[in-house]
Amino acid sequence: MTAYADLPLIEQLIRTFAALILVSSFALLAQARVVAAIQVFAWQGFLLSALTALVAWNSGLPHLYISAVLSLVLKALFIPWLLIRQSRRLGILRDFDAVIRPGLTLMAAGTLVIFCYNVVIPVREFTQIVTRDAIAVSLALVMISLLMLITRRKAITQVVAFMSLENGLFFAAVTATQGMPMVVELGIAFDVLIAAVIFGVFFFHIRDSIETLDVDQLSRLREMDE
Amino acid sequence: MIALVITLSTPLLAALVLAVVRSPRIGGWINISATAAGFAAATWLAWTVLGQGAIHGDQFQVDAFNVYLIALTSLVGLSTSIFSRPYMEHELELRRVTPRRMRLYHASFQGFLFTMLLSLSTNNLGVLWVALEGATLATVLLVSLYRTPESIEAAWKYFILCGVGIAQALFGTVLLYFAAARVVPDPERALQWSVLYAHAGQLEPVVVAIAFIFLLIGYGTKVGLVPLHNWLPDAHSEGPTPMSAVLSGLLLNVALYAVVRVKMITDGALAAGVAHDPQLAGRLMMGFGLTSFLVAGLFLHRQKDIKRLFSYSSIEHMGLMTFAFGLGGPLATFGALLHMTVHSLTKSAIFVTVGHASQIAGTQRIEQIRGLIRTQPQVGWGLLIGSIAIAGFPPFGVFTSEFLLLTATMKSSPWLTVPLLAGFAVAFSGLFRHLQPMVFGALPAGQKPINMNPVPVTLHLALVLWLGLSIPPSLARWFDDATRLISGSGLL
Repeated sequence: MTAYADLPLIEQLIRTFAALILVSSFALLAQARVVAAIQVFAWQGFLLSALTALVAWNSGLPHLYISAVLSLVLKALFIPWLLIRQSRRLGILRDFDAVIRPGLTLMAAGTLVIFCYNVVIPVREFTQIVTRDAIAVSLALVMISLLMLITRRKAITQVVAFMSLENGLFFAAVTATQGMPMVVELGIAFDVLIAAVIFGVFFFHIRDSIETLDVDQLSRLREMDE
Repeated sequence: MIALVITLSTPLLAALVLAVVRSPRIGGWINISATAAGFAAATWLAWTVLGQGAIHGDQFQVDAFNVYLIALTSLVGLSTSIFSRPYMEHELELRRVTPRRMRLYHASFQGFLFTMLLSLSTNNLGVLWVALEGATLATVLLVSLYRTPESIEAAWKYFILCGVGIAQALFGTVLLYFAAARVVPDPERALQWSVLYAHAGQLEPVVVAIAFIFLLIGYGTKVGLVPLHNWLPDAHSEGPTPMSAVLSGLLLNVALYAVVRVKMITDGALAAGVAHDPQLAGRLMMGFGLTSFLVAGLFLHRQKDIKRLFSYSSIEHMGLMTFAFGLGGPLATFGALLHMTVHSLTKSAIFVTVGHASQIAGTQRIEQIRGLIRTQPQVGWGLLIGSIAIAGFPPFGVFTSEFLLLTATMKSSPWLTVPLLAGFAVAFSGLFRHLQPMVFGALPAGQKPINMNPVPVTLHLALVLWLGLSIPPSLARWFDDATRLISGSGLL
């Protein structure tokens, strides 16, 4: 096993950014204020875009620069801007979405990271440390986003969780496989963009129909006898 | 190739045009003409592929397996658009929708058809994912079209659950790409299905196995496999009925198609069977399929909403197909392909009739829909014959395919026929205990017939009847080509 200090500087940087992204997902999980959650999400997008640029530099693949710019524009700027604008118009920017038992949730997230490494380490094909870390961390990002999705009550924080799930997948594509074919990346970016816009429209629909954005209140359809 | 371009571009162009057409009346007619043109192009495409063999492009690939689904998709699209015109006009008169939302409805309808056709014809697994996610995006605002609290809730559930589900499929796709990158040097070609299929034996089995599990969970959410099915009854019951018809008749099929395509690669990669059970993919699909089949059959008994009732029936049938594709072998695959066809024809016909029935009764609650056959015999008979067909009675096509599946099961794993037969009985009783009073029950006072077009339902049910009585030789050869492609050997 190579020591961290023996790696070339650029690879050390890539690792550091990967670790920072993982940290940001913990921050997201613990963040109760709506506006702060969106800001953390924007930072995560920025880190992801920086990481993509570093990987592009390291591997010399020019198309990765395009995806770096794409994720900077989309995930660090446009989506956070859209979410902040919509929540300001809905007057929920300063709201709290209380995290249920924050300590326990964070502990669970830590356990998830260990679990993901445990899943990945025995796989013989992942013996290369870079890919092993990449797969494990991206799996952990996905899992933590799922945890955030089920522990939140407000539509807007659920959307942030959903989008950070997408970040985890993008992380996997960048670090494990040096990006996807261009047509696929453009397609995914387009889907994310449309999804963000539809979510933006949807907030108003939810508020108009149940007069709150607590999705807890969405509980009419169920498989039980009334 | 030209036929393929026309097939794909017609719905895309129509979606753009319909997004700007203000009049709902004209929109309805454009919708019909676009789907008619698309259907003509798809027939032409099918004709070409049948005559001259598969089209293998770099980005697109049309072979025996997907060309029949393309033809089926555009046929169901056409008949649903014919049904939707008077239906949505009636909804407009009732003021359940506004002209603006009708515009959204028509544009999304065509956009949805485009994503379906794109996911069927693409050769790139990444584009397949993008198109299936696009299908969710195109339909989510349709589920909430009526803007009732229930429909908003259904759409939110649909959006989040399908979005999260399909994100797992993207992770699986990335893993597959990771495995392929070591075998296929050109990164642009490493996600192409035909390339992956050709090199399946060289892919790392462990990575592919993990990728398949993610892909099965991801696309399985869209197929509606239990326990990932929660969005399905809600989205079907709260959206406008033409939407339920295409969701059940098309989306579920296309998602299953995606699962089968990745199963073909996985089987190739695991064939050596060193590290893993070579039939891992098949066994997983059998497990999920059988669970869905049995659980959905039981849920049929507890339903109070007519559209929820039939959406559980869709889950049940999709489970059966997943089970059959998992079972593998020519007989089961042939049966599953036939079942895909007859199920989507029958189910879209049923949803069309259900739409009429709920407009007659003014509600979707089963206990308030009564005496259909006396109010409007066309609707009553349509519902009755459709349900008889979907329950698997001879002489309809569903009987033929279910019989084939049962025979295949008896051959390869006899003890599984017991839960299958029990499931058929449970589902049958679940459907008919609700159906009997709706069709024959006492006529409520003041119930009036509505304006409807009987052509789509009659056409679909006639086709299903025809497929049950005698499958035309050319169509049988068609299915057989697809069977040979999927399972390695033909039946005929």
